[in-house]
Amino acid sequence: MNPELQGRVFAPTPPYLVGREKVREFARAVFATSPLHFDPAAACAAGYPDVVAPPTFAVVVQEQTLAQLLAEPDAGIDFARVVHGDQRFSYSRPIVAGDELTATLTVAAVKSLGGHNMVTAESSIVDATGAHVVTATSTLVVRGDE
Amino acid sequence: MELAVGDVVAEKQYHLTRDSLVRYAGASGDFNPIHYRDDVARSVGLEGVIAHGMLTMGIAVQPVVDWLGTAGAVVDYQVRFTRPVLVDPETGADLTVVAKVGVVDDEGARIDLTVTFNDATVLGKAQVRVTLAGA
Repeated sequence: MNPELQGRVFAPTPPYLVGREKVREFARAVFATSPLHFDPAAACAAGYPDVVAPPTFAVVVQEQTLAQLLAEPDAGIDFARVVHGDQRFSYSRPIVAGDELTATLTVAAVKSLGGHNMVTAESSIVDATGAHVVTATSTLVVRGDE
Repeated sequence: MELAVGDVVAEKQYHLTRDSLVRYAGASGDFNPIHYRDDVARSVGLEGVIAHGMLTMGIAVQPVVDWLGTAGAVVDYQVRFTRPVLVDPETGADLTVVAKVGVVDDEGARIDLTVTFNDATVLGKAQVRVTLAGA
């Protein structure tokens, strides 16, 4: 892996429009049952403009940025050797249907440990007004030659 | 909501099948074939098809979301993926989630998750930061 990746900032992704049915589909897929994810009236009663996405929904938007990283010509990351090490979401507010989200990836760290390489990718996700919604951080472990 | 460190706020079991993985692949857009093809999974050294780590992470927080209801919100959630969840084509896989209060402070609480499959934990440092209305 190319150590010069550290600190690199990628171009913002095209806006992702969060659809109500996508939120429901994702919620069903993670076995969610809260009416906040399915029923707009329940979400409105709780003070949200539309159905609320489950906490890990941000990965759908983050995924576009990880694709940018893996496709970077000089990154030297072999996808077949990549293992997801850890994951974090830090929210300023929940994602709701109707949000138009844009993600910008920064390579926060590149490390070598015991023959493996680790890259920490931090994707800052903002809404149409530019206000921060959530930062999704993944550490990817790239296994060395064995 | 009165909380004390060590309180178990939720405990739940989930049964995963290969269907669950296909559904999550479609919903999330993660079509890595190790989550639906045994031959590909074996070619990278796994025993067979495994669940998406992000599916396990997504399920594990649900007992906390249900417990909170409208009384709070998840503001931070992190996990470490420590062991794969092998999903048998016939019998699936059973996950158990126990959510326990780890910290109580001015900002709310930290809920620590223990997620087990076949009597072993599959997530490390699985922590959910929640704010509590009126706290």
